[in-house]
Amino acid sequence: MQTFSEQLPIVLHSLNIGFLQTLKLFFVTLIGALPLGLLISLGTGSKITPLRITLKIFIWIIRGTPLMIQLLIIYYFPGLVLKNAIWGGDEAGRFAASAVAFIINYACYFSEIFRGGISSIPIGQDEAGLVLGMSKSQIFFKVKLLQMIKRIVPPMSNEILTLVKDTSLARIIALQEVIWAGQAFMKGSQGISGAIWPLFFTAIYYLICNGLLTLLLGGLEKKLEYFR
Amino acid sequence: MGILNVEHIVKSFDKTEVLKDICFSMEESEVLSIIGSSGSGKTTLLRCLNFLERPDKGIIKVNDNIVFDGNDKSYLKESVIRKNRMHFGMVFQSFNLFPQYTAIENVMLARRLQAEKLPDFKAKKKEILEEIRSEAEFLIAQMGLTERKDNYPHQLSGGQCQRVAIARALAMKPDILCFDEPTSALDPELTGEVLRVIKELAETRMTMIIVTHEMAFARDVADKVIFMDNGYVLESGTSDEVFNHPKEDRTKQFLGRFNNG
Ligand SMILES: Nc1ncnc2c1ncn2[C@@H]1O[C@H](COP(=O)(O)OP(=O)(O)O)[C@@H](O)[C@H]1O
Ligand SMILES: [Mg+2]
Repeated sequence: MQTFSEQLPIVLHSLNIGFLQTLKLFFVTLIGALPLGLLISLGTGSKITPLRITLKIFIWIIRGTPLMIQLLIIYYFPGLVLKNAIWGGDEAGRFAASAVAFIINYACYFSEIFRGGISSIPIGQDEAGLVLGMSKSQIFFKVKLLQMIKRIVPPMSNEILTLVKDTSLARIIALQEVIWAGQAFMKGSQGISGAIWPLFFTAIYYLICNGLLTLLLGGLEKKLEYFR
Repeated sequence: MGILNVEHIVKSFDKTEVLKDICFSMEESEVLSIIGSSGSGKTTLLRCLNFLERPDKGIIKVNDNIVFDGNDKSYLKESVIRKNRMHFGMVFQSFNLFPQYTAIENVMLARRLQAEKLPDFKAKKKEILEEIRSEAEFLIAQMGLTERKDNYPHQLSGGQCQRVAIARALAMKPDILCFDEPTSALDPELTGEVLRVIKELAETRMTMIIVTHEMAFARDVADKVIFMDNGYVLESGTSDEVFNHPKEDRTKQFLGRFNNG
């Protein structure tokens, strides 16, 4: 039986590897879902009725069902129903499936936030720009964009902090993220078994990560406080 | 003949006709006041002049050049509209200042964006920006806001905001400056400072169209007055004619409301 001080480096090494996967899923989701969310929000404001309605129904379904179901369906549906296991059975395949599920899910949440941000800018801002001879794109980039960002940052911060925690849902398809890494020591791994304390350590990873993000996003919010 | 000719403008929203055959004209340096009860179409008329709304019919001429003709689709082209609307400046009831810019930045922004499109902007950047800034500072001073020029809109009173908005409109050097109830959103004690700068502009011979419910001010500052009622120009004439010798019953009734209270 190893002592705690012998176990600690082994556990931390595993958790670090797991948390790297957590962070990778977090950043890939952000990079994918932010632009996709903007596109969806523009689509839901479109004049093309079929596009608008399709997107609204899609958003309703994605936001109305658990991300966990979406993960399971996206991961298993191709193999079990279409008899075409596009994801493969390895960690890379599980990551790809997780990333797709997370990007789609978060893009729908982000799109609603973007839509709120866009529609909260009074029409008078457009009109003032127009009568001063500005083009539509000048009005968007020089007048409205910063006002939108200011309104989007607080709700977006909430979603981003939730996303950090939600990445753990990928555990359901055995993605080797930080909780998966911590749980391994309960079942037994690298000579350590029946240990629950590594799970508490995973919580610390989340707390540190969300603490840093809170500071960063709070700082951005503060920076935009110079106007109303 | 005349700086502005408006001929037979018609404008409907859905099926309701809001402007019905509007005709009037203005000479350079004239101040025209448009009065009339709310819903009579005053705002819509101003918005047709600077093409925030597209008239359905009629002709608008500035300095004898046609800037809009309801029978000619080419005047509806975005690029044509953008060029032609620059004849008119607009001061809104609700100011519509850009909140993330300071007072002076609000005045300079559109000029700067315009200058950046000039072919020789890169070469003469410093002089051009310098000129835009000094013009903006002059306008800010003219509005009595020099001490406030680096404040953001939320740090200014309503009256100060509206004066920034006037400077911002003047920065584009419009031929005709339009005001849509410029003091209606202000606390009563702040209307005076805004009316004063408009009066000073009239003394510099700025051509202006002023929609207002401030009857004493309109009578004082206007050369010509139009009384609008239900989408029509019901009565028009000199300030003396309309205010002191109105012909139409509706005009008398409307003015009576103000005289009695
Ligand atoms: N965008 C619009 N859509 C539909 N109706 C409008 C619109 N703008 C104005 N109206 C209607 O046009 C009429 C004239 O409005 P407006 O020009 O604002 O009058 P005023 O400025 O004299 O109060 C009103 O009956 C108003 O309800
Ligand atoms: Mg009005």
